Amino acid sequence: MSAPDPLLRAAPRLDVERVREDFPILRQQVHGKPLVYLDNGASAQKPQQVIEAVTRCYREYYSNIHRGIHMLSQTATAAFEEARGKVARFLNAPSEKEIIFTRGCTEAINLVAYSYVRPRLRAGDEILISAMEHHSNIVPWQILCEETGAKLVVVPISDAGEISLEDVESRITERTRIVGIMQVSNALGTINPVREIVRIAHARGVAVLVDGAQAVPRMAVDVQDIGADFYAFSSHKLYGPTGVGVLYGRLDLLKTMPPWQGGGDMIRSVSFERTEFAEPPARFEAGTPNIAGVIGLGAAVDYVTALDLRAIEAHEADLLRYATELVSEIPGVRIIGTAAEKAGVLSFVMEDAHPHDIGTILDGDGVAIRSGHHCAQPVMQRFGIPATARASFGLYNTRVEVEQLAASIRKVRDLFA
Amino acid sequence: MNDPAALYQRVVLDHNRAPRNFRVVQPCTHHAEGLNPVCGDRITLYLDVRNARIEDIGFQGDACAIATASASLLTDVLRQRSAAEARALARAFEQQLAGHANEGDGLGPLQPLLRVREYPGRLKCVLLPWRALEAALNGDVAHTVSTETDADAG
Repeated sequence: MSAPDPLLRAAPRLDVERVREDFPILRQQVHGKPLVYLDNGASAQKPQQVIEAVTRCYREYYSNIHRGIHMLSQTATAAFEEARGKVARFLNAPSEKEIIFTRGCTEAINLVAYSYVRPRLRAGDEILISAMEHHSNIVPWQILCEETGAKLVVVPISDAGEISLEDVESRITERTRIVGIMQVSNALGTINPVREIVRIAHARGVAVLVDGAQAVPRMAVDVQDIGADFYAFSSHKLYGPTGVGVLYGRLDLLKTMPPWQGGGDMIRSVSFERTEFAEPPARFEAGTPNIAGVIGLGAAVDYVTALDLRAIEAHEADLLRYATELVSEIPGVRIIGTAAEKAGVLSFVMEDAHPHDIGTILDGDGVAIRSGHHCAQPVMQRFGIPATARASFGLYNTRVEVEQLAASIRKVRDLFA
Repeated sequence: MNDPAALYQRVVLDHNRAPRNFRVVQPCTHHAEGLNPVCGDRITLYLDVRNARIEDIGFQGDACAIATASASLLTDVLRQRSAAEARALARAFEQQLAGHANEGDGLGPLQPLLRVREYPGRLKCVLLPWRALEAALNGDVAHTVSTETDADAG
């Protein structure tokens, strides 16, 4: 018997130089230097294919959806619903009805908080999250706790920026109503073992919401394999338009959930005596949605799917390895977030230079990074720092750009040391 | 334009590395904290004001080079000045930063900070201690001022 050919299993390679041609914004100079865009964790740039899909919608067939019987409305509705199908296949969701379009990942999490958790929450109940969550997976739960007398329980993180499954398990009690966990940390790059966390929570009958905002642009996501009850992400980090987010929810759960916003498009019938709500997903999509944005997201999903998420993942892993190697050689630099499993995020601090000063000096070299607390202040507190400088990689970044990043950080060192 | 060396001049780097008056003043009649929620910068100004005159002034905190140098220079130029002079200087500095007045008029040692004009994203850093000064002089109880609107806090 022969072993499977490793070449057949290897991820396809990403042709970065060709990919870069798809992104018109990258062909520019900043302060006289070629733009090196390393702020993908905040938002990713858009390929021509996405820009064209949005433009085509407005130029050729734009209309409101789900209402008109005229030609344009039917075309727009078909394109909008086609995007829903694309997202469902992208996440390997069993049904398109499980894909709800929102304004963003934040709104998707809030939807779960208000429609799923809130009606089930009593004083003394618990919501479990991790210490590395983004504010969007902290604040909605705090608001609910404030209102109901429930308690927010937090799984700690280690010095490397990891959580342990034992710590998750020991904090799930009979009062736990939901677990909210990010798949990839925006501040630390940590990849959390969400599949195992779901298994632990489900063994205790607790539903899990996975915040996939930083994961979907970086790795193939299969919501059935993870077993998540809810999975949220935003379009703009996935090379799609801003103003669009996605909530995947298990259909059996969505069917039990009340709407969280009332309006048009989410009803079956309305009279002043009684309103019958539509089935999911329409029940959760009150009002006219971001039609062109959703269609653009569909194009973004097509784009990354054609490149192959496995190729993107391998490419970013290579960039992260290379950047970690070059940056950690620079004296006075400390990398924040050293988990064994990490995705394309490199957070760091320097002995003599504040992250804001690092950001300004790098910008002078055309290198765009993020400086700040990354909407994860508890993470900053955990590491005893006010902020970090963060380079986050995207599918169009190159090894040469990583070298430019390191050279520019050395310049900071020379200026401040 | 946008050569960081123009922003991080020797005097700015020096005041960042070795901030002047980096201490709580005793006695202290006025103090206020300036906070920049976006980057977590925090600077607290302490003043001893007697007969409308700044007898002593110092600051503490943790902030970027621009905010730290700005605070250090501020404390250096305002000691032994009247409160009215301090307010006038703060106004002149802000107006010149905004490009509403002739550059360098009467600013003395503060002049190198005007290079921040070319970095709009850093204006809030250079202004942080000045906002704290304003808050401290306006009230005799502790104040916290923010250089950001809430929406910027992330």
